[in-house]
Amino acid sequence: MVYRIPKQDINTEPFMARPPDYNRKGVVMRTDKVYKAEIINIVALTPLEKLFRLKILDDVERQIFEFRPGQFVMLEVPGFGEVPLSITSSSNNKEYMELCVRKAGRTTNVLHQARQGAKVGIRGPFGTSFPMEEMAGCNILLVAGGLGLAPLRAPIYWVSEHRDEYKDVYVLFGAKDPSQMLFTYQYEEWTKVNHMELLTIVEKGDAQWKGKTGMITELFKDVAIDPDNTYAIVCGPPVMFKFVCHHLDGIGIPMNRMYVSLERRMHCGMGKCCRCMVGSTFTCVDGPVFDYWSVLNLKEAI
Amino acid sequence: MIYKVIEKNEFKKLINGIISQNETFGPKEVDRRQDGTVVYQFKEVNSFDEMDLDYTVTYSSVKNFFLPFREELSRFKFSDNDWEQGIEYRVNPRAIVGVRACDINALNILDRILIEGTYPSPYYLARRKNTFLVGMDHEPLPDCFCQSLRQDTVHRGFNLFCTDIGDRYYLTIMSSKAFQFLKNVNVSDPTKDDDVKFLERRKFIKSKFKAKVDVTALPSVLDIEFKSPVWTKWGDMCLNCGTCAMVCPTCYCYGMEESIDVDLKSSHKERVQYSCNLVDFAQVAGGHNFRPLREDRLKYRFYHHYRGFAQNAEDPICVGCNRCGRACLPGINPKQVIDELQMES
Repeated sequence: MVYRIPKQDINTEPFMARPPDYNRKGVVMRTDKVYKAEIINIVALTPLEKLFRLKILDDVERQIFEFRPGQFVMLEVPGFGEVPLSITSSSNNKEYMELCVRKAGRTTNVLHQARQGAKVGIRGPFGTSFPMEEMAGCNILLVAGGLGLAPLRAPIYWVSEHRDEYKDVYVLFGAKDPSQMLFTYQYEEWTKVNHMELLTIVEKGDAQWKGKTGMITELFKDVAIDPDNTYAIVCGPPVMFKFVCHHLDGIGIPMNRMYVSLERRMHCGMGKCCRCMVGSTFTCVDGPVFDYWSVLNLKEAI
Repeated sequence: MIYKVIEKNEFKKLINGIISQNETFGPKEVDRRQDGTVVYQFKEVNSFDEMDLDYTVTYSSVKNFFLPFREELSRFKFSDNDWEQGIEYRVNPRAIVGVRACDINALNILDRILIEGTYPSPYYLARRKNTFLVGMDHEPLPDCFCQSLRQDTVHRGFNLFCTDIGDRYYLTIMSSKAFQFLKNVNVSDPTKDDDVKFLERRKFIKSKFKAKVDVTALPSVLDIEFKSPVWTKWGDMCLNCGTCAMVCPTCYCYGMEESIDVDLKSSHKERVQYSCNLVDFAQVAGGHNFRPLREDRLKYRFYHHYRGFAQNAEDPICVGCNRCGRACLPGINPKQVIDELQMES
């Protein structure tokens, strides 16, 4: 047996050359093994979008799962696939998390058929987050187009919970038509309880629609802000970024105070599969939250 | 590093010893092309004589032993309204003999990304830790350009490296396992004469490189030439077959596939090697494709290889083996593409 190569079992021995740096990413993460979670509530927001409320089943795991607004998780539907989804609930909520899912592909179609009590898996949280502490003492402009409101709901919760720390907060939301407006049941709460200015617009109104129609940039006419003291967060479909960021740049909001949350195809969430590469970096590790200056440096980011 | 010198017949004894007690892979002739040139691949071997250690280059790289085309990552077992996930990182020990310097350097680059990165990959690590690598130097082919990328010599990431100094091998020993094995055969400490022969061999190999690629300031050149017509020219030739990524020793991009087993009682999740040239690489649910054009996708492969990503310290990940250039059906050659970008031709 003099030439036998000894077997090294990395299931039992610690395998990392050096401990990974978690500080930037959130406290605890799972990379291969999922947290088992139960769907405890399902809300149909529109014909295409549903809001899933998930509770991690294990008490200890539930307590250590921490995330920051803007981060995402990989949601595993065993047997069908895994999808990256922004967490859309409050980062203070230790009991459950909410994910807003549009029926768009194979996995999300299966997920839309799921009933309350079904068990799914969660890996994460992954990615960068919005620097909410840094924004304290300033005005905040949240600009969302369509499903882009889902990732912005986490910072909206954060602002609501720390409302005294921020000055004027505007939520600008544009949808294709009135039936595609998301989270309509919360608008009153955001404006009356949390004192945010909510401005909505649709591209094409219907008979009942009494609000504005047009592109989301129209809404900026009604917003009077001091650009030197304002942070902006933008999320929406790819075409929206260009117009909105260009406009915000024009009114004088510094580039490093404009944050965008990008969407890309993802298969791992850990910077390994390379599916989400933009320019010379990965959306899953250095994003999905980028400031506008970084975005300008990345090729084809928006 | 410890250096020793071994007679070639003693080396044969050592390798036969390793083969007899471990699963061992080595370069073998698998086919001949129409022009008579031999196609080599790493295959399982049962004795030293089965190997063609004078091989030119294997068609696929040694990467496939560490990142297989298809690999099960985890398994879900279903029971009424519930499931359990099982993950195992088990790999049996094995040896690979006759790996070239550029291939080992490629593994070192993969180590940096897949082990030393923020999220280490235990699947890759298990394979890397359980594989005994015996490297061997060789005369470069006319189109090898690893020297331009400084990947023609290797200093770490292997167990044993052999430099041919005529009738004997000059051994570089990089692991205690290799040192242990060498106790069973006759080795001697290198004499002054052997050292001279070692240096002469290095100089000889160095003089054999014909292809040169100018990589000076390539990251900024790639940034500046982002809209260059060069991409349209080569992009129009690309067939989107993904062959380049399959033979490349450093391409590690993948896709995840999940399927339910036939008995409907379990499912498995597999990692499948992918190529950034395939059409749906960046297509998201709902149909939007972030890179719809062939030139966009080809450009990104070059971007990843020569500009490097933040994930690997912005270093180029290409080792210059030119496997992609040889395998490409329409004949897209990295050397020519870079030469055109650098406005050399």
